[in-house]
Amino acid sequence: MVYSAGQTDSPAGFVAVAWRRQLAFAGAACLTAWLAVRTSVRLVEWATPVLYGGSLVLLLAVLAFGTGAGTAASVKGWLTIGGVRVGQPAELAKLATVLMLAKVLAARREPPRALVELWRPLLVVAIPWVLVMAQPDLGTGIAFIGVCFALLFWSGVPPWMLLMLASPGIGLLLAFSSGLWGAWFVALAVLLFALRRTVGEVVSVLAANVALGVVAPVLWDALKPYQRQRLLVFLDPGLAPGDAGYHVTQSRVAIGSGGLLGKGFTLGSQKRLGYLPERHTDFIFSVVGEELGFIGVTVLLALFCALLLRIVRVSTRASDPFAGLVALGLGAVWLVHIVVNVGMTLGLMPVTGIPLPFLSYGPSFLVVSWLAVGVLLRVSSEGKGEAGALGL
Amino acid sequence: MAYHPNLLLRRARLARMVLGTAFGALLLAFFRAQVLQNADFVERAENNRLREVPLPAARAVITDRHGEVLAENLPGYTVSLLTPSVDSLRAALATVARVVPLDSAQREAVVRRFRRAPTRPAVVFNDASFTVVSALEERRAGIPGLIIQSAPKRHYPDGPALAAVMGYTGEISEQQLQQPRYDGYKAGQQVGRTGLELEYEERLRGHEGRRFVEVDAHNRVVRDGGVREAESPSAQEPLRTNLDLDLQRFIHGYFADSLRGAVVAMDPATGGVLALYSAPTYDINRFIGRRPAAEYDSLSNAPFDPLFNRALRGNYAPASTWKLATAVLGLEMGLVTMDTRMAQPCTGGYYYGRVFRCWERKGHGNVTLAEAIAKSCDVYFYQLGLKIGLANLLAGGVRLGFNRRTGIDLPGEGRPIWPEAIAYFDRRYGPRGWNRSVVLSLAIGQANNAQTPVSMARFYTALATDGSAATPQVVARPVERTRILSLTPEQLAGVQAALADVVSRGTAAGAQVRGLTIAGKTGTAQNPPFKDNAWFVGYAPADAPRIVVAIIIEEGLHGSTAARVATRIMERYLKARLTMGSTPTD
Repeated sequence: MVYSAGQTDSPAGFVAVAWRRQLAFAGAACLTAWLAVRTSVRLVEWATPVLYGGSLVLLLAVLAFGTGAGTAASVKGWLTIGGVRVGQPAELAKLATVLMLAKVLAARREPPRALVELWRPLLVVAIPWVLVMAQPDLGTGIAFIGVCFALLFWSGVPPWMLLMLASPGIGLLLAFSSGLWGAWFVALAVLLFALRRTVGEVVSVLAANVALGVVAPVLWDALKPYQRQRLLVFLDPGLAPGDAGYHVTQSRVAIGSGGLLGKGFTLGSQKRLGYLPERHTDFIFSVVGEELGFIGVTVLLALFCALLLRIVRVSTRASDPFAGLVALGLGAVWLVHIVVNVGMTLGLMPVTGIPLPFLSYGPSFLVVSWLAVGVLLRVSSEGKGEAGALGL
Repeated sequence: MAYHPNLLLRRARLARMVLGTAFGALLLAFFRAQVLQNADFVERAENNRLREVPLPAARAVITDRHGEVLAENLPGYTVSLLTPSVDSLRAALATVARVVPLDSAQREAVVRRFRRAPTRPAVVFNDASFTVVSALEERRAGIPGLIIQSAPKRHYPDGPALAAVMGYTGEISEQQLQQPRYDGYKAGQQVGRTGLELEYEERLRGHEGRRFVEVDAHNRVVRDGGVREAESPSAQEPLRTNLDLDLQRFIHGYFADSLRGAVVAMDPATGGVLALYSAPTYDINRFIGRRPAAEYDSLSNAPFDPLFNRALRGNYAPASTWKLATAVLGLEMGLVTMDTRMAQPCTGGYYYGRVFRCWERKGHGNVTLAEAIAKSCDVYFYQLGLKIGLANLLAGGVRLGFNRRTGIDLPGEGRPIWPEAIAYFDRRYGPRGWNRSVVLSLAIGQANNAQTPVSMARFYTALATDGSAATPQVVARPVERTRILSLTPEQLAGVQAALADVVSRGTAAGAQVRGLTIAGKTGTAQNPPFKDNAWFVGYAPADAPRIVVAIIIEEGLHGSTAARVATRIMERYLKARLTMGSTPTD
């Protein structure tokens, strides 16, 4: 797919040969995957804190010396050595955080009864999240949150507690309308009383909601103009076909004009003439949509869905809680990426610079994904039921 | 207990539901975009990448009454640039300027065109020579957005002879684009600017075609042609006029560079304009093409103002040619007959407050009206004017149409000057600033009377035929005649006989042509401080007129000079018709 993205009639520079680099790294990635398969889960579990700590260091490093690219052009996401972009620590951090979170959650055998008991897993997520948001990498931030909730859910945290945890965030999103926010607040308060939570919990949750509601305008101002534009355009794509809305509009045009059967591999006109921006990275799914049509889209989404369903199965049959959590966590990372990226191409999600697993050009993400594949294979083979479920 | 298999299974179910919902939602969204809204997006994709390039259309050919070409189209090339912004346009212009000279005024003109219509290619050269085109084609790779089109170029084979009536075409102006008449026109298109080209713009314009080019996101032309079916341009049917090209050329040859003035030739029965000419003239072809503004400037500053259309707008005192109007009024009021003599014979002058001279110092003697016309006796008409009275004379002139335009189908016709009532003089000079003796001057076609050649021609169409004046028409249209004379048939016949006498024995005797009976009236108009203008308005053949000619020669000194030219013109027209043996078609 990256190859097709490179086939344009107008000068495309690096993109045209990007597929070569992708292929090269794919080879390296497979190698790491093979290595991962051969690594026992116990070993992984033992290495987790090291990996976690290392990734935090790298995140700090990238804040200090990092550079940006693509739709995340003003973001300090990459580490460069001698002018060559080596990789994104955020990718590694995602993996490491999944591992660490899994370890922490697996250690507890009983589901939590009060919000305050979640302080440890939340901290594990919060530290890298803050560092990532400082870059600022909104997309990866969303991924972290998604993974956090997925793993909390899988580890037995009851839904209402999850809701309480999410409430300030939901309140923040609703803060643009006082009426909605007010209704939400009231509903939340009623729920808290109905669930008979402790005074401390009630107060802290409600206070957090209020705090974030108040802080919303401040946060809005703190956003860079292009980020604000992106959110506004997300709410109404017709708003500015200029810069911010341009990506999404062009993407939708490309996808929509692909029709049922698409225009043919490498033959997409919108991509070919350069109208589709970032076609080898964030908008690669648009290329799929334009060239392979609805059929192609369905096939690809079905494949992703099948992969994730398989991961659920693997998690269920994992040999121990840690392994199961790791598997689900990796799946959650992929799910968030897929949903946000694909949604972004249609304008359902704001543009956030988050790559599509295995399809987008991006060496570090590719390597990390294949590493995850390796881990998953291992977890699967160590699990109950059909041994070597994924055929290795 | 948090990881009991049953619990895990429950969570797994929930997880699967979440996955199903998420992917289902995505799939639905894609279905909506790719299947349901496909047509809409395909259209938007097309709009993205296709740009319209207009294919200019040819203007309708204009022919004379025999089908000879007056205005045609020659193949030419336009060079335009298709760019997304003003900056890229300027950059492209800079590149072009390295190949072909392009000064800053021209560059600014291109930028203006771009601003008016940013989605259309901005025209750089309206009429590029083959050398320019090939030079640019060679360097096409360095000039993205370069579009070279064949475009028909207007051409007038007899440019200078036809300038007064044909006019010329040019690029549509900013003001014109705002007008409702030009609704549907686009910037850069050619429209008629003056003359027939302007008057019949709607009838002459072609229908633009268009072709499509494919552009990339940088507005670079990627594929030229073959992307979508082009629409061909189309032209309207040729426009046939009443003009006679041979006659027009003949007149032009006569005036050449030495004479100044105007000629209007009409068919008295139909009002068809056979020729319309103004001298000095200019070559309208010079306005088609690269630098019309420069041409215009140099012509504006040329001596004797060639751009001024004397046939339509020149206001000249008609002098003795106007005596026929006085005569008509006198006859209509019953004050005189063709045989009436005046109280005072002409001895070279007439006293009314002061001496009013006759042009013939020796005097004409005691002449009848018929003789006075033939010999153009001023003294006779002074007295006739007094008999008619100022008020009646003024009202009569209005009734005969001397204060109004003729309504010829050409733009820019000038209005003649004729006082409508006595109040005019009061207004103009104050109640004590003028006196009634002005009626003497008016009666002989001087004082506050300034007619255009076309208005005089129109008056004489009434004299030549049955008392109805024909509205002059350059393009064949339904004939329009208006009765202006209320003479009896005998009176009219008498007037016509007198007019014939002018040529056979009177002031225009030197202009006779063998084999042709011609009627008409000379005029010698005073025009201080310049020399006298020479007029002649007449028709031929006298018994069954086919052509009326009104001619004025500025500083021609004597009406007889004008008469000689006029009769040659009539001869040319009538003899040519005889030899061709065909009746004029319409």
